[in-house]
Amino acid sequence: MAIKVLKPGLATTVQDLGRPGYYNIGIPLSGGMDRLATRAANMLVGNDEGAAVLEAVFMGPELEFTADATVAVTGADLPPKLDGAARETWTSFSVKKGQVLSFEFLKKGARAYIAVSGGIDVPVVLGSRSTYALGALGGFKGRKLEAGDELPVGHGKGAKDGRSVPANLRRAPGNPAELRMVPGLYWHRITEEAGKHFFADTWKVAPEADRIGYRFKGGRPLDFVPRQQPFGAGSDPSNIVDACYPYGSIQVPGGTEPIVLHRDAVSGGGYFMVGTVISADMDLIGQLQPHTQARFVGVDLDTALKARHEREGVIEKIRAALS
Amino acid sequence: MKTRYSYGGDEHIFVEMDEEMSLDAFFKALFITNAVRDAKIKGVTEICPANASMQIKFDPDVIKPADMLSELKKFESVAAKAEPVIKTRIIEIPVYYNDPWTHETLMRFRERHQDPKSTDIEYAARINNLDGPDGFIKAHSGAPWFVSMVGFVAGLPFLYQMVDRQRQIEAPKYLRPRTDTPKLTVGHGGCFGCIYSVRGAGGYQMFGITPMPIYDPNQKISYLRDFMCLFKPGDIVKWKPIDRAQYDATVADVDAGKFAPLMRNVTFSLADFHKDIDASNHKLDEVLHGH
Repeated sequence: MAIKVLKPGLATTVQDLGRPGYYNIGIPLSGGMDRLATRAANMLVGNDEGAAVLEAVFMGPELEFTADATVAVTGADLPPKLDGAARETWTSFSVKKGQVLSFEFLKKGARAYIAVSGGIDVPVVLGSRSTYALGALGGFKGRKLEAGDELPVGHGKGAKDGRSVPANLRRAPGNPAELRMVPGLYWHRITEEAGKHFFADTWKVAPEADRIGYRFKGGRPLDFVPRQQPFGAGSDPSNIVDACYPYGSIQVPGGTEPIVLHRDAVSGGGYFMVGTVISADMDLIGQLQPHTQARFVGVDLDTALKARHEREGVIEKIRAALS
Repeated sequence: MKTRYSYGGDEHIFVEMDEEMSLDAFFKALFITNAVRDAKIKGVTEICPANASMQIKFDPDVIKPADMLSELKKFESVAAKAEPVIKTRIIEIPVYYNDPWTHETLMRFRERHQDPKSTDIEYAARINNLDGPDGFIKAHSGAPWFVSMVGFVAGLPFLYQMVDRQRQIEAPKYLRPRTDTPKLTVGHGGCFGCIYSVRGAGGYQMFGITPMPIYDPNQKISYLRDFMCLFKPGDIVKWKPIDRAQYDATVADVDAGKFAPLMRNVTFSLADFHKDIDASNHKLDEVLHGH
């Protein structure tokens, strides 16, 4: 079976849980930016949690099905319609051969995950079906979807209609979003005062926000501790000898606008980083629209690990609710 | 050199060998990286060497961050005792310096450059006290370079020239990054050279272009069939200046599947290098050209 792409949406890509193991040569993790929503969408339609889904950002695609299937849409509040009739998000529904799935305007969040029973069956490249568009790797021909594409779909047992993720388990960022981070890496480069207002200021998601990273604006610029720049680092005080960038790391080029690197991160470079967003909160970033307010909250490693377990607990509860 | 450890959130540990760049720091990073890889620690998912640092990603549900950190610290002493000798490859990369494509691009972004009145290569020659573009090309291609890191984007090598610090070419990045760089541009920023593996944004000075692809996600290019990225940290690169006719001929050979890069296995000793840099580089040249 296949899905015909009638309209591609803004930047719809095939994603699964990612492609670990190749960051040392610059190939990023990739995979859905909201991993909880990716897993939940697959669970709803009876797939393995790591099956490939479609990640639609800000705007949904229009898709025609060439065979019957079970479908679920999770993540952002991007209401689905089947042949024009409303369907619920976070809830499985069946699609008949020839029917067309389309979407209302985005109400909340940023990225919706569209799972189809059997999973999107593009070739596995380096262990994953995820799209890494910058490297033209994986996914459907290494790029975002275009009108006229035909996506292969695997064989799935499907699932019953109307299975739903309980509302209290649908994780979404608050407003302002609170992004917890562990200070570190090159935190010592900024003054104590700058460190204080980095946390105190309210930032706003800039228009430059994509799968590579999210840029934030509006906080006060960070002052640096003066130093003689080390050999090879470059002359700007925000420069370092090019190093690896962790997934979730927060770099601040020139000390002005923080950038949090995400699933398609550039793997390294010459800007200092103030720390790393905790793994539990990376899903939330994937759901931030430009102009959304956000604050960074400094936490220690124990808090980060506790949050990680709490998030895993939510996924466990979703599994239990759908089993 | 003072080693510094930092957690990168709950899934990474970052190890900085030194704040400044040197081959000693790079070797230490490479040795710790290799030791961690050989140890096959359960829960480690990424092991990434960089110029003067390294980073690992791990699953804290499998190994606790504190345990991971103490494991890593053990390798530091192992690496410190290791003899700084590596078995690696030397690869010749043809470069068409002052080519029309990077020239067109650098003219398009001139207002973002420190010196809008000259080209990138003229500017780099001047600030490094080299005798114009010709003198620059001689220095750039005269001594080999280490691949000291692979990343930023898929398969992009960062290169560090194997000369003493006085002879290192240094150039700032563009004042504001370009939104476009031709694929396979040979660039330079700070003390690092690079080859842009894909077309895209970039801030490095642009000196030329190689006809030889270094990344092929479709793995159709003959020498990239085994793996889609050519470079690994620790590889040695020697540039070979070529002209337009040689460039065109190489592109045609690559397209026809007839091109094979000149590549030899070689043993490199950092101690021998420090003893006599030019002699060590001369030996590498001999290996490359099969003498």
